Amino acid sequence: MFAELGHFALILALAASLLQVLVPAYGLVTRNGRALGVASSAAQAQFFLMLTAYLCLTYCFIDKDFSVAYVAANSHSALPLMYRISAVWGAHEGSFLLWGLMLSGWTLAVSIFNRRLPQDLAATVLAVLGFISMGFLLFMLITSNPFERIFPVPLEGQDLNPLLQDPGLIIHPPTLYMGYVGLSVAFAFAVAALITGKLDSAWVRWTRPWTTAAWAFLTMGITLGSWWAYNELGWGGWWFWDPVENASFMPWLAATALIHSLAVTEKRGLLKSWTVLLAILCFALSLLGTFLTRSGVIVSVHAFASDPARGVFILSFLALVVGGALTLYAWRAPKLASEGELKLFSREGLLLLNNVFLVTACFGVLLGTLYPLVIDAFGLGKISVGPPYFNAIFFPLMAPLFVLLGLGVFTPWKRGNLRDGLRRLRVPALFALVAAIAMPFALQGKSSLVIAAGVWLALWTLATAPIELIKRIRAKPTFAAGLLSVPSSTWGMTLAHTGLGMWMLGVVCVTGYGIERDVRLGAGQEAELSGFVFGFEGVKESKGPNFVSDLGTVVVERNGSAISTLEPEKRLYPSQGSVMTETGVDVGPFRDLYVALGEPIDKANIGGDWSLRLYYKPMIRFVWLGGVLMFIGGLCSMMDRRYRLARAPATQRSTGHAEVLA
Amino acid sequence: MTKRQQRMMAVGALVLGIGAAAALGFTAFQKNMMYFQTPSDLIAGKASAGAKVRLGGLVEKGSVTRGDGLTVKFRMADCTNVVNVRYDGILPDLFREGQGIVATGRLAEDGAFVADEVLAKHDENYMPPDLADSLKTDAGHSCAPFKSAMQSAKQTEQ
Repeated sequence: MFAELGHFALILALAASLLQVLVPAYGLVTRNGRALGVASSAAQAQFFLMLTAYLCLTYCFIDKDFSVAYVAANSHSALPLMYRISAVWGAHEGSFLLWGLMLSGWTLAVSIFNRRLPQDLAATVLAVLGFISMGFLLFMLITSNPFERIFPVPLEGQDLNPLLQDPGLIIHPPTLYMGYVGLSVAFAFAVAALITGKLDSAWVRWTRPWTTAAWAFLTMGITLGSWWAYNELGWGGWWFWDPVENASFMPWLAATALIHSLAVTEKRGLLKSWTVLLAILCFALSLLGTFLTRSGVIVSVHAFASDPARGVFILSFLALVVGGALTLYAWRAPKLASEGELKLFSREGLLLLNNVFLVTACFGVLLGTLYPLVIDAFGLGKISVGPPYFNAIFFPLMAPLFVLLGLGVFTPWKRGNLRDGLRRLRVPALFALVAAIAMPFALQGKSSLVIAAGVWLALWTLATAPIELIKRIRAKPTFAAGLLSVPSSTWGMTLAHTGLGMWMLGVVCVTGYGIERDVRLGAGQEAELSGFVFGFEGVKESKGPNFVSDLGTVVVERNGSAISTLEPEKRLYPSQGSVMTETGVDVGPFRDLYVALGEPIDKANIGGDWSLRLYYKPMIRFVWLGGVLMFIGGLCSMMDRRYRLARAPATQRSTGHAEVLA
Repeated sequence: MTKRQQRMMAVGALVLGIGAAAALGFTAFQKNMMYFQTPSDLIAGKASAGAKVRLGGLVEKGSVTRGDGLTVKFRMADCTNVVNVRYDGILPDLFREGQGIVATGRLAEDGAFVADEVLAKHDENYMPPDLADSLKTDAGHSCAPFKSAMQSAKQTEQ
């Protein structure tokens, strides 16, 4: 019954989304204030309906209702409750439902927090969001209904993909979706600006917190995904340039550019049409990411659906929404004239360069991701573009960006003085240079030009990140008063840039000094890695709720004293017949020791020799710590007081829409 | 400098920068593109010696032999041809005889394929789509040992 209820709620949600689009559109044309007001109510109704549908599906999972095809395909009677709840978004149909729920959640938030927005703008934003929601709901109902029943009812489910049975996977997809979907709010604001023809600093102040929030969640989602891959895939890597990773990374690069160009638009009234274009681009990339993941055109750990009809639908929707937005842009953007002039050496000029580098990097990644598909589509052969391509294009583009970051933080708006800047930044630059040369030798005993350059960029970023903060504190007579006067957006910026520096430091160290060794060991044998002795004590059988496993024991010692006992595991999930590697990791702030079981050399004798992966990963935690700092920085920024809509003129609310539209 | 000149300078710098980035990108592209090949393609000499390729095929039953340490030798086949593969490392969880895999590496002087990476997806029914395509034309003799893999290829298509 709950499956039918959920299905019904989805259909009603589609109806609500139709209302959310059509009635405000009618209101805009006829300048009818009451019609515009319907947008909020429709958005609220839609959220309630989506939530109902979502809870119904969750109930089907908790109840182990295998008559629902989606539950049967992704659950099992022995699956622990926690994973039965998270299995809702474990595959295609359910993850779209979660997607839809989040979109309606963001829409609800917009309708609540933006009550003080001019009515026509608020209604347009909600109508655009409603249109996107309508597309996804149609998609769900036509091609991938999560509530479909099967007959005969299977006695047992096929179980959730074991790769997804991990705590990291419980939070990674929802966080990432929050980011993806959040970008549609920025998109909706951009389209509303094009339709209403108004893009002033008030518009930017309304848009910025939403965009920053979406960016922060996207950052966190990507970070969690990277952390999960490290723990769960057993390869010890944190980024693979997998097409689906790229699908989330491209919108991130574009969104990073967007939050910076929004800053320029707010402070200086410049780059208006560029900002709008970026917002459209961000959303287009997140739709493209959906298409890549869901259409089955690429093969990857993440791509669980391969149904051409779905791909065609998403691609058509992408063409419709983005094509429509770009047409609107071509028609209306000339109206969004920028005021003032842009000098290259000023903060806005440097931020423009930041945008150039980020967008170029984004297109580089896009090229590498799509090229194989294009070549295949034209029947010119099957190729793949590996990580070396992405590294070769990404890092050279990032290096100048890091240099610019330090300059940009220092340089004032409007006009900067290059000579003055270089003179004052001499100290941090030299400090970073000395440390970049000395530190690797002191800590690791060896270095190279690339490592020194990377460490320099990281330290330069870390040293220049707090400049704005220090400036603001110094402007006040006492330290305490200064500290209190710092707006939270400055804290946010400082934290995020510090996070970026930490990330860079982590990346350079783990790439430059990480050691990966595959060895063959029998029980009682040991291997040495960077001063750590890994003693292998053999493998014994063990049992979990829905799996059996070979549990290895590895004792790590250094200079004769035991540091840690690791228990890497090889699990067999009989319901799917699949084998999973659970790694044993000794986590430290400055290094991880990582052991993964390979395979028994002789399959019949698990007591014999095994192949093992032994990894020494210096500073790997900094990679994720950087992501977390960026996330917190994003949250701080969006809390800034100036974004609160306290000062909305009362007249607009009392007299309705008329003068707003005039 | 007048403002106009300044602006021209800025535009020039941007064009130069983007041009450099594009050049960088395409060079990286040329160097890092890997073609997907089947054992038959490899034997027909479609790969230039020393070029990195992705070889897709089925692991022939009974062909896996272990050497010292982690070295392993096996044969990869499509429906008509077989290639010897050498690999020094840990095979993925789903590496089984009769299963479709993708190996990345180079053709050695002696005609064997030296893999630096072996991939098998975490899915029992997985067949690299390229491989599934190349197996569609059932040429006869050497497909028989891989019946199970062929079936799973068909399942994937459905």
